Amino acid sequence: MRIHARSLVTASLLASLAGAAVFAQASVALAQAPSKTLEQVKARGYLSCGTNPGLAGFGMPDDKGVWAGIDVDLCRGIAAAVFNDPEKVKFIPMTAKDRFTALQSGEIDVLARNGTWTQSREAELGLLFAGVNYYDGQGFMVRKKLNINSALELSGASICVQQGTTTELNLADFFRSNNMKYEVVAFATSNEAVKAYDSGRCDAFTTDSSGLYAERVKLANADDHVVLPEVISKEPLGPAVRQGDDQWFNIVKWTHFAMINAEELGITKANVDERAKSPNPEIRRLLGTEGDFGKALGLTPDWAARIIKQVGNYGEVFNRNVGEGSRLKIKRGLNNLWSKGGIQYAPPVR
Amino acid sequence: MSVPDRTTSPFEPSADLPPPPMMRGTWGWMRENLFSSLPSAFLTVGCLFLLAWFLPGLIRYLFIDAIWSAADGEPCRAPGAGACWAYVNAKLTFFTYGAYPRDQLWRVNTVMASGGILAVWLLWPAAKGKGLAALLFFAVFPIVAFGLLTGRTPFPSLLLPSPGSNIEWWAFRAAIGVAAVALPLLALQRFWLGGVLLFLVAWFMAAAHWRLLGLTRIDTDLWGGIFVSLLVASVGIVFSLPCGILLALGRRSRLPIIRFLSIVLIEIVRGVPLITVLFMANTMLPLFVPDAWSPDRLLRPLIGVALFSSVYMAEVVRGGLEAVPRGQYEAAMAVGLNWRRMMMLVALPQALTAVIPGIVNSFIALFKDTTLVAIVGIFDFLRAVDTQRLDPAWAGPSISATGYIFAAAFYFVFCFAMSRYSQMMERRHAAGRKR
Repeated sequence: MRIHARSLVTASLLASLAGAAVFAQASVALAQAPSKTLEQVKARGYLSCGTNPGLAGFGMPDDKGVWAGIDVDLCRGIAAAVFNDPEKVKFIPMTAKDRFTALQSGEIDVLARNGTWTQSREAELGLLFAGVNYYDGQGFMVRKKLNINSALELSGASICVQQGTTTELNLADFFRSNNMKYEVVAFATSNEAVKAYDSGRCDAFTTDSSGLYAERVKLANADDHVVLPEVISKEPLGPAVRQGDDQWFNIVKWTHFAMINAEELGITKANVDERAKSPNPEIRRLLGTEGDFGKALGLTPDWAARIIKQVGNYGEVFNRNVGEGSRLKIKRGLNNLWSKGGIQYAPPVR
Repeated sequence: MSVPDRTTSPFEPSADLPPPPMMRGTWGWMRENLFSSLPSAFLTVGCLFLLAWFLPGLIRYLFIDAIWSAADGEPCRAPGAGACWAYVNAKLTFFTYGAYPRDQLWRVNTVMASGGILAVWLLWPAAKGKGLAALLFFAVFPIVAFGLLTGRTPFPSLLLPSPGSNIEWWAFRAAIGVAAVALPLLALQRFWLGGVLLFLVAWFMAAAHWRLLGLTRIDTDLWGGIFVSLLVASVGIVFSLPCGILLALGRRSRLPIIRFLSIVLIEIVRGVPLITVLFMANTMLPLFVPDAWSPDRLLRPLIGVALFSSVYMAEVVRGGLEAVPRGQYEAAMAVGLNWRRMMMLVALPQALTAVIPGIVNSFIALFKDTTLVAIVGIFDFLRAVDTQRLDPAWAGPSISATGYIFAAAFYFVFCFAMSRYSQMMERRHAAGRKR
């Protein structure tokens, strides 16, 4: 009886192990099967877009739960190009920890979560950044009444900063390379640093400049503070995709470029239909009235027209979410078009 | 010699003297409870100082300086402003429903209200018709709630052709066919079989008619807020007790395979952190199964939470079963009860009563653990609060504090209610054993 029971247990254990092995092999085979992201997205009927769970101006749901932000609008643009419907997106909020895993596993199709484009993320994590939809960088905020117009005038200032971040290191680099003296007042959290600055503990506060604008809104008298024009570090933020699907990579990349080209050519959400009749060959190629440049991407000829009509050009998206049309009131700065003093530049459609 | 007649001079004790004034009333109570010894007196005075130190500030922050109504965060940013209740008020819909379409909120309200009423009916000790309540709560309510919330048919059309063909017509024919068998059976007083068949008829009819309600489909990525927190918690609670009891019985079973499987399940699930399981389910699953097979993003953590709470519950219940004296089992066997009756009538009632505190402890822990689903990108209540405090229209120094105080109050109310309810049940069940 005893022996019988034990052999039963052993047999069932072996059987379950064998089953697990078979299942594991099957799943490896499934994972390795060639799969095109575009086909999957079309078959599924919506785009899975990994976003920040809450970052004002970049991606967060409003009171009604409608997502808004420049990263969100990029995903809407991709959906417009693929489905002709900017609402066919599911926004999946991603924490900083699981975002890359989710992208690699295929849980999301594109990661538009204000991620910084770095060498190691492409080389080690197997990602590709499809462009830069926001050039961020570390900046300074000071009180207006100090009458400071440049970060180079900050010599001898006390500066509030969050502890243990690259921000603190960049700060040290900047002051050392400019031979200026300064006093660091470091805090464990960004919130404490802002509070200390607001209460007059320091002359300046430093963090990424998009963050400076977001923090400025929270201060008691936002208009008494000014963000200095200098940017002392590089934080190119952009959408990322998995390596190994060049077609999908191109779609994401050219969605971004189409929005920049549209701004450069003066095509807006409102006038896109009218501009499609323009004789300008660049406009005609972009909007698909001449040639079929969408086909090679796996899209329709009017792919760019759809994006602009349903989401807008880059300038409109910027203005609406983070620029003058929003509460953040971030200046275009580096994010202006190359022809207007910024570095946003898109290759031509031809 | 005559015996003295005791009945004529009975012993009558005189009335007790009242306790001395210092031992009576408020003074007496204070002496007894607050100043019974020197350390106790020090503690009392210390606590009074502590209260005097932070209560006025807290009250001023929460009520007197608080901003009760405002169009945006401007008044809340003014120096000296307290809690910004206007912000909670403005965001309350998002906190409660997440992104659920605003014109469809009645569906969530209906489900929450009916669920609440049924739960009270089940839990109220004096309520009548518990059997009907249990049937409605455990069988009818989940089906209707699923259908209402998702807008998809909750009646998978068993035995019917796949969607696309004329399901309504098929379901109607199937219903007539089943009814044709069920009614004669009922007439022949085969109630069990007839009842089951009538249930099938109802199922088919409902499957046929559900689409006619014309509910729009609402995917779970739009669900959020308090609604999702309560959903996750109630799924966990409802599944954990029965599954936990089954697992506990399985672990104590004499059948080797059942015992082995129960032990393996309990030990494996207990040995892995919940976050790991949620993370695996929500970000790694697509690596293993094709797109079409992977379950809904909200369903995955629901399964994870139910599984987790079940195995913890299993160990709590097993503790209760171990505590039942062996003599009870032997007595039950001696009077000829079979295993099922022995468990249902003798062991489980004693075991469960003994572990009520442990069960409620698990429920409360589970209720708070529901916030973990935020990690896998689900907008539960806490995540909803956490996100909306960054809204530039409202962001300000007091917004985060206000949001978190509100969240804390919400969790406290629910956990405290559960705790008080369990204490009441303990007192009721312990009535027979009270010393």
